[in-house]
Amino acid sequence: MTSKHHAQEDVFTSDRFQRSVKRRRGAERRLKVFGGTAIAVATGLLLILFVSISAQGYTAFTQTQLSVPIDLRAEELRVAAPELDAALRNVNFRKLVREGLESRLGAAEDRRGRREMMALLTPSAGYFIQQQVRANPDWIGTVRDVWLPASDDIDIIKKGFAPRDVPEEQRLITDRQLAWVERMEAGGFMEGRFNSMFFFGNDSREPEIAGIFGAAVGSILMLMVTLVVSLPLGVAAAVYLEEFAPKNWWTEFIDVNIRNLAAVPSIVFGLLALAVFIRLFGIPRSTPLAGGLALSLLTLPTIIIAARAAIAAVPPSLREGALELGASKLQTVTQVVLPSAMPGILTGTIISMAEALGETAPLLMIGMVAFMVDTPAGILDPAAPLPVQIYTWSTSPERAFAEKTAAAIMVLLVLLVFMNSLAIYLRNRFQHKW
Amino acid sequence: MIQSLFASPKSQRPKPEPVRTRGAGPAVSGGHDAKMVCREVNVFYEDFHALKDVTIDVNNREVLALMGPSGCGKSTFLRCLNRMNDTVDGARITGDVLLEGKDIYDPNIDPVLIRSRIGMVAQAPNPFPKSIYDNVAFGPRLHGLFDRKSDLDELVEKSLRRAGLWEEVKDILDHSGTGLSGGQQQRLCIARAIANGPDVLLMDEPVSALDPVAAGVIEKLITELAERYAIVIITHSLEQAHRIADRTAFFYLGELVEAGATEEIFTNPKDKRTKHFIEGMFG
Repeated sequence: MTSKHHAQEDVFTSDRFQRSVKRRRGAERRLKVFGGTAIAVATGLLLILFVSISAQGYTAFTQTQLSVPIDLRAEELRVAAPELDAALRNVNFRKLVREGLESRLGAAEDRRGRREMMALLTPSAGYFIQQQVRANPDWIGTVRDVWLPASDDIDIIKKGFAPRDVPEEQRLITDRQLAWVERMEAGGFMEGRFNSMFFFGNDSREPEIAGIFGAAVGSILMLMVTLVVSLPLGVAAAVYLEEFAPKNWWTEFIDVNIRNLAAVPSIVFGLLALAVFIRLFGIPRSTPLAGGLALSLLTLPTIIIAARAAIAAVPPSLREGALELGASKLQTVTQVVLPSAMPGILTGTIISMAEALGETAPLLMIGMVAFMVDTPAGILDPAAPLPVQIYTWSTSPERAFAEKTAAAIMVLLVLLVFMNSLAIYLRNRFQHKW
Repeated sequence: MIQSLFASPKSQRPKPEPVRTRGAGPAVSGGHDAKMVCREVNVFYEDFHALKDVTIDVNNREVLALMGPSGCGKSTFLRCLNRMNDTVDGARITGDVLLEGKDIYDPNIDPVLIRSRIGMVAQAPNPFPKSIYDNVAFGPRLHGLFDRKSDLDELVEKSLRRAGLWEEVKDILDHSGTGLSGGQQQRLCIARAIANGPDVLLMDEPVSALDPVAAGVIEKLITELAERYAIVIITHSLEQAHRIADRTAFFYLGELVEAGATEEIFTNPKDKRTKHFIEGMFG
């Protein structure tokens, strides 16, 4: 006993043993350094993405606006509510806007001057006033200072993206316009204000009034279709494959194919959706229904794989416990297995939904690139979802669309972060102690 | 030495029947009060002959201990009694297993029905990740036996009382069953099995995953439960078998070597394999 003890002590103090300890510690340290570096690189790249997008996009959340007095004392507006709509249609609001501008800046000397003056504001300024008056009939009979969106060129000059101190021919705006801008600025009639149009407006040819609301609604409708189609189908397929299907070459074959489908490029699913859903079944193109079905093809394999993993992770002892209490196979699945697997299934579903939210290629394939000015009211209305909106804006020539693109990407990223956080929260909240 | 180890609380419990043996072979029956009758039961897993010609009875209000080295067929035999071998791919069973005279392997009988009459407690506690109440109410709800909530409440309370858990959990019935201690979880599983109103309780090493104190509580509970149910228990502990079992059956390599009154098996084993096993245990 004693000699054995001594022999062991010798081993632990021998040079050979010491060297091996040193080697093992060295290997451990190197692994830590590699791991730390990998994480640092990933975090750094993510940071660069966020910072560069935010730096480009944050300016889109403010919009240069001009304060213009609008004279609403005209006789033809003083009508009772029922005739107000007709009356509003007869008023030349564009003229009211021009007169307001002239009262601030003095009358322009010629037609060209008047046109240049009106070009300070968005071309939709008249329509804008009309909408405001319809919403606030008590404005009638008064003179109101109204904040109107400046045109995109003015916005860019104001935000400093285009230089002011260059010769006229190299500048976005004329000398006269620049003088007006400086007068408006000096008078406090021109400032960057919160751009609510970006969040609550729809797409437009004019970048200064283009918003993402319609695109966001289109995305939500589309994701709802995807969820309703792919969650029940995916869970049913997973339950069948995990719990009921015999384990033979046929189910192996199915398994391999599902895993393959999860890796198929999304554009292929777009082609399939075009051929099957639109050509064969005649589902109207550009609609959230068609888009949602196309995305379902994409999310189904992911959901099946996640749900199978979650179901397989339910300990067999729970199934046996239920069977031993006299539960049928189906009762075991619905009452014990599925509730226990649900957090895992939901996590997988949310992550696949987040993937679907950011998916663009299959949507381009099925014609969801329409220019949509109206908010889609249902799954059969044409829609342009968020990623497609980003794509169309990014290809627009106007400089002002660049910041809109970045801002829309920011909104998309925030949505993705939100969905993934929800997945992590659900996973932690319902994590089981078996 | 052995005798003093076996100072048991069991002897305090009145026995329903004196133990008798039949013939020279294994004492298959403890009397004429057989709840379950097994005759020449064979189990095959694919080509593996896991259980060979097992013939034994399970009697009313009696604890039958199954002993033997690992892989000897104890668990296989236990799973024959509630048809859980049906759930194993490639399992095949021959011979007769009767519950109150009816063949439980009759093709017209739903295994689901059999399992609700024969409760099972697993080796490691396996409460469902549901509330304590829902765990106990699981079986009765499956079979849709109760229309009124008050009846179900009553049954849950009765089952938890019989499992000796009521006092500890009566205020936390809505807490998750998985939050209880190991011993409490195992008693919850017993309550869950009792709630179905079974005739027979099967237990597969029910205390081997528990600490000695919790194990002692469950052992005492098993002794109490034996006043109502026929109990078949697998155990690796000779002391435990001696404390709680009226009869003991010794399995070896898929065969039932011998069965008889526990005292008899331990002090005077007829087969030398039994003798070796018992002596090996004590070194």
